[in-house]
Amino acid sequence: MAIHIKNGIVIDPKNKIKAEKMDLFIKDGKIVDEKAVKKEECQVIDATNKLVVAGGVDMHAHIAGSKINTGRTMRPEEMRVVRRVADTFRAAVGRVLLTAPAIGYEYAKMGYTVSFEAAQPPIGALHTHEELDAIPMIDKAALPVFGNWHLVFKFVEEKNIEKLKAFIAWAIERTKGFGVKAVNPGGVEAWMYGKNVRSLDDQVPGFNITPREIITSLIQATEELKLPHSVHLHCNNLGVPGNYQTTIETIKLASKFSNSKRQVLHVTHVQFNSYAGSSWRDAASGAAEIAKVVNSIDNVTIDMGQPIFGHATAMTGDAPFQFTLHRLTGAKWSNKDSEVEGGAGIVPLVYLPNNPVHALQWAIGLELGLLIDSNKVVLTTDYPNGGPFTEYPYVMAMLMSRKMREKELQKVSPYVQKATGLAAIDKEKTLEELIHMTRSLPAKILGLENKGHLGIGADADVAIYDLNPLDVDTSNEFEKVYKALKTAVYTIKGGEIIVKNGELVKEVWGRTYWVDARSKVDLEAVMPDIENYFQYYSIELQNYGVEESWIRMPERIVVG
Amino acid sequence: MIEVEIVTGRTLDQGATVEEKLTEEYFKAVSYIELSEDDYGALNLKDGDRVKVKTAFGEVVVFAKKADLPKGVAFMPMGPYANAVIDPDTDGTGMPRFKGVKAKVEKTEEKVLSVKELLEAI
Amino acid sequence: MVNVVCTFCGSVCDDGEYENGKIKKLCRLGSAKFAEKERIKSPMVDGKEVSYEEAIQKAAEILVNAKKPLLYGWASTANEAIRLGVILTEKVRGIYDQCASVCHAPGTLAVIEEGLPGGTLGSIKNRADVVVFWGANPMEAHPRHGIRYSISAKGLLIKDRKNRKIVVVDVRKTRTAKNADLFVQVKPGYDYAVITALRSIINGNLDAVPEEVGGVKKEQLVQLADIMKNAKYGAILYGLGVTQSRGRDRTIENAVKLVQLLNRTTRWIIWPMRGHYNVVGAGEVPAWEVGYQYAIDFSRGYPRFSPNEFAAVEVLKRKDCDAALIIASDPVAHFPKAAVKHLKEIPVIQIDPFPNMTTLLAKVVIPSAIYGIEAEGTAYRMDCIPLRLKKVVETKYWSDEKILAEILKKVEELKKG
Repeated sequence: MAIHIKNGIVIDPKNKIKAEKMDLFIKDGKIVDEKAVKKEECQVIDATNKLVVAGGVDMHAHIAGSKINTGRTMRPEEMRVVRRVADTFRAAVGRVLLTAPAIGYEYAKMGYTVSFEAAQPPIGALHTHEELDAIPMIDKAALPVFGNWHLVFKFVEEKNIEKLKAFIAWAIERTKGFGVKAVNPGGVEAWMYGKNVRSLDDQVPGFNITPREIITSLIQATEELKLPHSVHLHCNNLGVPGNYQTTIETIKLASKFSNSKRQVLHVTHVQFNSYAGSSWRDAASGAAEIAKVVNSIDNVTIDMGQPIFGHATAMTGDAPFQFTLHRLTGAKWSNKDSEVEGGAGIVPLVYLPNNPVHALQWAIGLELGLLIDSNKVVLTTDYPNGGPFTEYPYVMAMLMSRKMREKELQKVSPYVQKATGLAAIDKEKTLEELIHMTRSLPAKILGLENKGHLGIGADADVAIYDLNPLDVDTSNEFEKVYKALKTAVYTIKGGEIIVKNGELVKEVWGRTYWVDARSKVDLEAVMPDIENYFQYYSIELQNYGVEESWIRMPERIVVG
Repeated sequence: MIEVEIVTGRTLDQGATVEEKLTEEYFKAVSYIELSEDDYGALNLKDGDRVKVKTAFGEVVVFAKKADLPKGVAFMPMGPYANAVIDPDTDGTGMPRFKGVKAKVEKTEEKVLSVKELLEAI
Repeated sequence: MVNVVCTFCGSVCDDGEYENGKIKKLCRLGSAKFAEKERIKSPMVDGKEVSYEEAIQKAAEILVNAKKPLLYGWASTANEAIRLGVILTEKVRGIYDQCASVCHAPGTLAVIEEGLPGGTLGSIKNRADVVVFWGANPMEAHPRHGIRYSISAKGLLIKDRKNRKIVVVDVRKTRTAKNADLFVQVKPGYDYAVITALRSIINGNLDAVPEEVGGVKKEQLVQLADIMKNAKYGAILYGLGVTQSRGRDRTIENAVKLVQLLNRTTRWIIWPMRGHYNVVGAGEVPAWEVGYQYAIDFSRGYPRFSPNEFAAVEVLKRKDCDAALIIASDPVAHFPKAAVKHLKEIPVIQIDPFPNMTTLLAKVVIPSAIYGIEAEGTAYRMDCIPLRLKKVVETKYWSDEKILAEILKKVEELKKG
């Protein structure tokens, strides 16, 4: 069925459309030219005075796999919020941690149509895909983690980039993954000995390499493989006061590389890596310094990792950090050391406005969002680490309104006044910038050409909000902006209307993207090494990995 | 008569026959109680003898065996015979007390019921 | 076929070799799994042989007509079937419960209190210089666990049995205990006290510990505490000896706290020795679909978790279900008498490859293919590592997945009226 979206006010940053009244046409799941449809056969959506944008793209969230599922298991208190009683749709429950159906439903209601699982433990890849397959409504993909994988260490140690490339291509195919994620490179291996790494130049126990070498080798390999997405990095020293210097040093590692299409390094949930000071007693914001560096370099992008006051669950592949957090808060703690691939941890968390540290984190996230060029910073909460993804509209409204920030600042610990520069920032980003930061920018960073925009040929993922960009005063009408962005009037996914007036109307199943980069590498050269390393695994090499036919709706992206 | 505390659990024989519950092999694998040498001696038992196991929750006749156990501790393989006498209270967890149930054990001439007869008796 | 995945115990060994009806390399339990056995010959209603379609029609009618059906079992089937089972339970507003509720579920309650600091079996094989089996007897319950993952497994840092210390804590001298470097014999029901004593010693409060705790001499407790403190990477693997005895979840919670304490100075993990090959999937799948692992009631149209109300044994004891679907499990053999009683009084649907005690009282019996032999699917090993089960022989039997998909379809038709 073709759709005609009539008289909407379109913002489409990729195609340089800044709030223009225009019509859109959809056919066979794509945005098409007016001439490609018979208007009389179209279903017409009247979008008069409404904002029409591409479906939102969440490039970093923990939505599937053993981490979030262990989180659900250890936190039944999270699951008791009932969002939907079973009817023609599934029952949906969860406060911040959501069930798989609830994840799909909530994204759809908010006008988001893509979400990437940001840390897939390679040996658990099949589990991640089973959960991705259980999430309705959205397209998705998973980023397998490489930063503490012994085979990576080995090839980095041997300075054998060709083998590293072949191994990455092999591993991404086996995990049906999308790109190269690295979490606290080297630090998780140190955790196997009860330690962590503290700088880019610490030696990784058992190997003659450093985090610096791991990161640069992964960037080089990823660039030579021409993967759609760059290295996606969770920096060393996460959650440690003073860590902003490590973050800056890490960002500068990208300066040696270049790529005409996109960044060569994406640094994720940077808020957690932007602390100045020497302890939590004197911690302060390092956001301004980080913003300076990111703005001055052309090949690095970041996402915010914005905390939202209220409940959250810390879950990362950064196992030593999770233990530190457990010691710090006294909260329950799960850990998972994973073969010779890395590890992970989970700790419940609540961000309290009156807590100086939490308020500091909240302010730093916003500083990053405000001070960094809108072409380089993506809006995330690092769900569920910083809180729910359902509060993205809060973050959007905050970045657009100084008045709203002033109001919110009154509710939080006064510590942020001296420890951050937030109160002094008068920058107000535009609605167009926020649409970019939540759509076209993450799509570009991920290398998804048909996502995040509304040009001819783009996937027909569209969100329509009850907000007239030609009319709204985003500085002052922040409540209206927040409310409008929170629930879409229409969400269209792959050309089908799935949400109308904030209510689900149709359940659809999205695709799972994965990247096949095997064609340009010498897999045979690397197989003996992989076979040899499987003596340290507890399963057979032949039983490792995920076949395409086991996934509901796979879409292979071939590169090379 | 002696008093013991019963623990139940898996055994290789029970595991190897668990998908053939209506066979003689399964019957043999689960219809016994293991007693310590002292307890076995106190009841004057010999190979093939039957005992009646009584707890606050039921009673069952099973074969007696001697095993390397501390005095006062008895073992029964998990299965319908053990379940005739274990404590169904779950103490709020959903999990019955399968281990650590006080029982009286005495020699008997009564026969050991088949698994079918055991079900009928419930 | 090589690298065949065994679908018996939670070790889920994936190195079997299958040829002409014979399996090689697996243990006695695995060999028994693959051996030919008596099967349920045909679908049956009231003891009469019927077609699959007729049996499914009857099953769907029972489920739709029931006010509150119990759908129980799930530990010996694949995730694909479990997922449909969860959705079916939601649809008929029944109760979903699985074998863990009479096995390792107290461990889940401990996870809710304190979390689960763990690792994969490969981590143990590669790194663990001390392994403590607490109330677990892998030599009988998981026969190849020791060789593949724990006792004598050769890994990255631990190359030899000699480099690894094996400790067994148990009430009886099990086969595993006979192969241990240290056997600590505890009086039944005293595990909690022993763990508390170990925590006290490790915390430096030696004076607080009496001369004997739970039948264990202080001297031996100090010895065990020293072994734990001095380990580079230790693992506590606990079994039903802990989950099914006095203290249950509280004992495990205490053990988790011991592991938290040990991690301040060295590395330790703790993990349950899960029994059935996919009992982990039977908890993981409902967790992502509806938020909880077991004891889930849908009578209000949304999931509610409460072990004391919705665990199968409690539901049956309270006579709080009016029909039951039992799949891949045999509660009649494995539940206490007081719970079996109610199963005799309500219509029971059974889905299983093999006749068992539940077959003896089931109104509808639907035979199914054996996963890992006759059907493909996904299962999670005891450490949550996913493995794809293979099909090595053809069969006339339908898979659980297909049977449940058809029941679900029928239920939807009947509900529409």
